[in-house]
Amino acid sequence: MSDGPYAANDLRLAVTDRASPLADHYRLAAGIRGFEQLLLDAFAQGRVAGTTHTCMGQEIAAVAITAALDRARDCVFSNHRGHGHFLAYCGEAFALLAEIFGRPDGVCGGRGGSQHLHRRNFYSNGVLGGTVGNAVGIALAEKQRATGAVTCAWLGDGAFGEGLVYEAMNIAALWKLPILFAIEANGIAQTTPTDMQLAGTLSARCAAFDIPVEEVSGADLAETLGAAVRAVDATRAEQRPHAVISRALRLGPHSKGDDTRDPAMLRAAWGHDPLTALRREAGGAADAIDREIADLVRAMLAAALAGSAGA
Amino acid sequence: MTSEASVLASLNAGLRAALADDARVIVLGEDVLDPYGGAFKVTRGLSEKFPGRVLATPISEAAIVAVATGLALRGFRPVAEIMFGDFLFLAGDQIVNHAAKYRAMFNDQVRVPLVIRAPMGGRRGYGPTHSQSLEKHFLGVPGLWVAAPHPLTDPGALLRQAIALDDPVLFVENKIGYGEPVRREVPGYATIRLADAAVPFPTVWLKPQAPADGLLVCYGGMTPFALEAARHLREREQLHLGLLVVSQLSPVPVAHLAAVLGDAAAFPIVTVEEAPAEGGWGAEIIATIAQLRDARGLESASYRRVGAKTAPIPSARALEEAMLPQARDIVAAVLECF
Repeated sequence: MSDGPYAANDLRLAVTDRASPLADHYRLAAGIRGFEQLLLDAFAQGRVAGTTHTCMGQEIAAVAITAALDRARDCVFSNHRGHGHFLAYCGEAFALLAEIFGRPDGVCGGRGGSQHLHRRNFYSNGVLGGTVGNAVGIALAEKQRATGAVTCAWLGDGAFGEGLVYEAMNIAALWKLPILFAIEANGIAQTTPTDMQLAGTLSARCAAFDIPVEEVSGADLAETLGAAVRAVDATRAEQRPHAVISRALRLGPHSKGDDTRDPAMLRAAWGHDPLTALRREAGGAADAIDREIADLVRAMLAAALAGSAGA
Repeated sequence: MTSEASVLASLNAGLRAALADDARVIVLGEDVLDPYGGAFKVTRGLSEKFPGRVLATPISEAAIVAVATGLALRGFRPVAEIMFGDFLFLAGDQIVNHAAKYRAMFNDQVRVPLVIRAPMGGRRGYGPTHSQSLEKHFLGVPGLWVAAPHPLTDPGALLRQAIALDDPVLFVENKIGYGEPVRREVPGYATIRLADAAVPFPTVWLKPQAPADGLLVCYGGMTPFALEAARHLREREQLHLGLLVVSQLSPVPVAHLAAVLGDAAAFPIVTVEEAPAEGGWGAEIIATIAQLRDARGLESASYRRVGAKTAPIPSARALEEAMLPQARDIVAAVLECF
């Protein structure tokens, strides 16, 4: 599909691939965090209407799993909590912000908003479970055409309550489709803890369909990237589904202020913020990167509030 | 298409031609493979002729439509079969919140050229969950077309038209309608075919030779019943009814309704559908016609809706017959207008 009428400007994040230096992964992850914080602030200040679901705490999975993909051909189907997935895929931060601000230069002209994005081979929808079936269809299309593409379907542990997820996994395994199920087990479904809504284990559910699965903490970039590279390569080589489960916790609210979790538990989780660990690993470059991201965030907000496309 | 061909043979031939002519066409559904060829045989002979392009799925209606939608997003032209239209609600979220939404919510940067075929209708004694005509619940869904073949059009050509459209189409077939012979003309009527860019799926307008006393508006499987009622009214009551047989159920074919109204004096209008009329297709047709008449300053006239009784469809043959609309119900509704 052709490029849309959205803003093409310099207000973007540099994406990474599997060979990128750690500092670049940190820049992208910090950029996603900065973007999400900007959104929460903008909502709190009444600068934007509608809704949003931020991925704070889960940035490493977005960065590492997307870095393992081949952007020239691979496809991504994301969900309601998809800003990190989108930014890791194409880096087009201002086009996403403009979309959420309802601007005509947003990635979907303001018609899709936070949860409904499309850019090249990236799609998202805010209805849980259904996206997984669509992703299986995309994987089938790519296999029929023998493009060699892998399709990455993002889903959370909450989506495992939806029956279509199992219909889709069954078909994916049965028809040997090249699809990676990128599962974010963040421990909470809106306000319902996973242990109140999921029997058994996610890995056993994948195993029931003979889908190989690897679990990672989602808090360590090298660990997550390693698992993602193995899973993506195996999915492509074996032409059958694989799954990666990331255990990173959601640090922010479900949407904008609706967090009913125990404050002590949240404080402890913030104390183990994966981004802080990645920042440490990025070493001396981190300070400059943080300034760079802060500048980008300021410029994006100014452009989004300005009358015309941020130039 | 010879006059001998049935609706079923025409649909089968249309699907075969679509597969032969366009490598992007792919068929999927439950039990669609040969030698079975689908529960109602619309896909018979296709999997042997087009291996790898006719896919038998698990019993997963939501996934059938979901996978077909994914295929459509990536440039294929999938034709999904839902074995019984009664099962469409299992795929309802995929139809309404996925396939029908993507074009608009992605700002016209994608199209979803998907056809969902669904056999509807009763009169076969299949009972409450395998006999319904549920298409009315999918009317007025933004981004979704709903079309229905009937014996007075070329059903296979209509199906190919649906496949060629770049947006999702719910294609409603009628179970007893499969056996009807396809015919181009009906004795005693002038046949006018209405088609234009705004209403891609054509309407057949049967104009009686004498000035029309009223108009029956119907679609799909009720067409033979409407024809029989019109014949009865002509022979027994000297009432000459025009018939408007639409194949585009949604969006409402406003242009075709407007063409038929013309500047004629007000005449009664009776809509005919197999589902319960309450909250149905006929209500929308009548509302549209009333608005058109109003806008043109035309007099209004009597309106009636014929449909099933509002209750689950019983299995027993006699109970089912009493429940579903028959030709005599159409006759009675027309006579009420005079």
